[in-house]
Amino acid sequence: MYDLIVFLPLFGFLIAGLFGRWIGARGAELVTSGLLAVSFVLSWIAFFQVAAGATAHVPVANWFTSGKLAVDWALRVDTLTAVMLIVVTTVSFLVHVYSIGYMADDPCKPRFFAYLSLFTFAMLMLVTADNLVQLFFGWEGVGLMSYLLIGFWYERPSANAAAIKAFVVNRVGDFGFSLGIFLTFTLTGSVTFDQVFAAAPGLAAKTFYFIGFDWDAATLVCLLLFMGAMGKSAQFLLHTWLPDAMEGPTPVSALIHAATMVTAGVFMVARLSPLFEMSSTALSFVLVIGSTTAFFAATIGLVQNDIKRVIAYSTCSQLGYMFTALGVGGYSLGIFHLFTHAFFKGLLFLCAGSVITGMHHEQDMRRMGGLRTEMPFTFWTMMIGSLALTGVGIPFTSIGFAGFVSKDPIIEAAFASHRFGATYAFWCVDIAAALTAFYTWRLMFMTFFGQRGDWAGSLPADAQEDHGHDEHGHGERAVPESPPVMLVPLAGLALGAAFAGMAFRWFFIGGGHEAFWRQSLFLGQENHILEEMEHIPAIVSASPSLFMLAGLVIAYYMYVVDKTVPKRLADAFPALYQFLLNKWYFDELYDVIFVRPAFAIGRLFWKGGDGAIIDGLGPDGVSARVLDVTRSAVRLQSGYVYQYAFAILLGVAALATWYLFGGGRL
Amino acid sequence: MGVFFWIFATVLVGSSLAVISARDPVHSVLFLILAFVNAAGLFILMGAEFLAMILVVVYVGAVAVLFLFIVMLLDVDFARMRQGFVQYLPQGILIAFCVAAELVYVVRSWAIAPNRAAAATPSGTLSNTAALGEVLYTRYFYFFQAAGMILLTAMIGAIVITLHHKAGVKRQDVGAQVARDPETAVELRKVPSRAGI
Amino acid sequence: MDLSAYLTLAAIVFTIGVAGIILNHKNIIIILMSVELILLSVNINLVAFSTYSGDLTGQAFALFVLTVAAAESAIGLAVLVAYYRNRGSIAVEDINSLKG
Repeated sequence: MYDLIVFLPLFGFLIAGLFGRWIGARGAELVTSGLLAVSFVLSWIAFFQVAAGATAHVPVANWFTSGKLAVDWALRVDTLTAVMLIVVTTVSFLVHVYSIGYMADDPCKPRFFAYLSLFTFAMLMLVTADNLVQLFFGWEGVGLMSYLLIGFWYERPSANAAAIKAFVVNRVGDFGFSLGIFLTFTLTGSVTFDQVFAAAPGLAAKTFYFIGFDWDAATLVCLLLFMGAMGKSAQFLLHTWLPDAMEGPTPVSALIHAATMVTAGVFMVARLSPLFEMSSTALSFVLVIGSTTAFFAATIGLVQNDIKRVIAYSTCSQLGYMFTALGVGGYSLGIFHLFTHAFFKGLLFLCAGSVITGMHHEQDMRRMGGLRTEMPFTFWTMMIGSLALTGVGIPFTSIGFAGFVSKDPIIEAAFASHRFGATYAFWCVDIAAALTAFYTWRLMFMTFFGQRGDWAGSLPADAQEDHGHDEHGHGERAVPESPPVMLVPLAGLALGAAFAGMAFRWFFIGGGHEAFWRQSLFLGQENHILEEMEHIPAIVSASPSLFMLAGLVIAYYMYVVDKTVPKRLADAFPALYQFLLNKWYFDELYDVIFVRPAFAIGRLFWKGGDGAIIDGLGPDGVSARVLDVTRSAVRLQSGYVYQYAFAILLGVAALATWYLFGGGRL
Repeated sequence: MGVFFWIFATVLVGSSLAVISARDPVHSVLFLILAFVNAAGLFILMGAEFLAMILVVVYVGAVAVLFLFIVMLLDVDFARMRQGFVQYLPQGILIAFCVAAELVYVVRSWAIAPNRAAAATPSGTLSNTAALGEVLYTRYFYFFQAAGMILLTAMIGAIVITLHHKAGVKRQDVGAQVARDPETAVELRKVPSRAGI
Repeated sequence: MDLSAYLTLAAIVFTIGVAGIILNHKNIIIILMSVELILLSVNINLVAFSTYSGDLTGQAFALFVLTVAAAESAIGLAVLVAYYRNRGSIAVEDINSLKG
């Protein structure tokens, strides 16, 4: 059964990719969605089996064996895997169905569905991997599919640039990840998880010499592996690719950049919990990076005007929450938030896609407004998603939308932890809750409330004039509700966003968590975070909800009651506004530090090294010298006979001299 | 005996210098003739009287006369031709000096090779001409024939290069004459009586 | 006289011939005459060696040199006449059609 779950999407890709031209677009859609539906059903069955106590290890084939290194293809199924299986297949299946409606006008549908299925396959390989190399295969596979899908509309230069940016930034992280895999093999003699985990306690006091320092071995391994997670999950410093990835179609954003690929980093750290528990330093690093990301991404989301960018920064921020949870040792908390986040963030993206389709591919929120009456179904599902994201629920209980049930425990755990960096992390994630509420409700108010053109005044001057001259201006066109094939997945995800938290809490982080997770998440001797977080002051438990309400009230005031406030605030603090609007100038900073020097070095090697030196000394140089020599030699052939006669005489004299004195013998 | 050598040698060198530096080309040719005659004298001194006479007959009688013909036939602007004389004087002197120096050096350090091929000595006491004939028609017979071939080729070549048919001159084409046949040469016409052609 | 005198004489005439070519490079007829001088010096050399070694080979060789010299000057002058006919002058300094 596990083979089927993993390999059916691969067959979907092969059929749609190779035979798309013969089976047609409809055929490609049906085949891929159908196979994925089977995978989806089987994953839920597997989940309940695993929850009841079954684990599995399914060998598939031997990949290669080289000396001590033996790498096999095998599927490792435990609770963590099962949770990821249902996340991936559910969201992927719903996105496939949604794409049937969203991509209806696109000429290249078979390619799109093939790519979606191949991505699903790669992600499934990643989560069922039995060893680090197979995980890396899946890791690279999802990176590749991300590149192909972001650049799906390849005629657009911005899409191509975004795809390359995603791939290159991921590469930076993958470089660290590869080093981590090499180091793991060096330290433990194996890359298979079972053997690595067995050898992990033995790393306790070992050191490793690397770039001039003696590092604690476990810390070094974890930091290198986490570098990969930073790239893949768009954490602070390696985050720059995620907002640009919104160039891809919205279903891609929902699937890859909300629910699955970006969570691969979280999954990887949780999977390697036996290693990470060995190094408190590495976990502190994870904690600080994660909480910084949570705060910093939320600040940028406050002022963005593209609906998808707001949600993208929200994803970035929520990933920071997950890493915060992992950093304090609450692996189950992080995975639980991953689980619920997949539902509500996927829902938000798909709803945004519905809005964009209805607005005829307009993505700027300043041109929207009052869609509540024109797209009611989308409005209500997006409302559920927003309630889930902001964490609306009843404090001191477990009753609430999915985000409330999974996010508040993370904030509580951050407070309760004694790890280095925990206090900083707590304040970051707590304030980020307010910021999250603000930007989410800002999005809702600007898009669905008020009237079309309420915010048109804040458009840049030239855009406003174009808008005026447009014969069929966007404001006058009717905005239809999306077709049912797009609305049904919204409904499915909305159910999850509303109830998944409450339904699964007991298993993931509640009383039944030990029986649920069993061996899949390792907790060190001193890791009692799940109990410690029960004993925190009441005000701390209530603080996320209080911050959330504050954010809601301020957003309501600024975007419904008095609509002039945003502009006045932006004019009052122009430097801060520009700083946030330009994403803390990270792109410009990286451009100066990395991109321009890289291009300069490349140009140096190309023009100077390859052009001047190699070509100059080689073919070009040789041919130029030949021409020089011939040009000089041509002067001998003047055409004047008397000069030829001279040459003869000179030759005779020279020959005689040489013969006499040079020792030449005829 | 010795004094004749010096007379002939001096006049030879002097007339050679005059050949290359004379202003009038006719004078150059005449000095060349003088040089040849003195060389013939030197040959007689050395005992090669056949060669001396042949030198006079062929070189003076044929070659030098040919030069004279050409000098007088062609309308040459010799003034212009002498222009480059002074310009190249230093280079000319230098190269000539080098060649002369090498030749003198060789003469000084020359010695006969110890084992040479057998000399071509004539049998008995013959005159130089007979002795030469004895050697020429036996040992160097093939070279003799080759020399003949060279002369033949040169003769034909000279004729081919300079011969050109003037337009309008009537001449015979023997091949065409022999290849006439009755169809083209003769025309038969029936003439009625008392009518004429 | 002894051999080296004749050889020296021949060397001097040879040198004069070479100088004549270089100095009179514009005057094709003088060049041809200088070549005759060179050949003459060679003949003197050959006959001198022939006499002083008692070997008639030298004289036979000199005979052939004579033959070839005659043929060569005939052809050279024939070419000159043909050239004159085509160009109207024998200023060989103007021809540079072989220029590469």
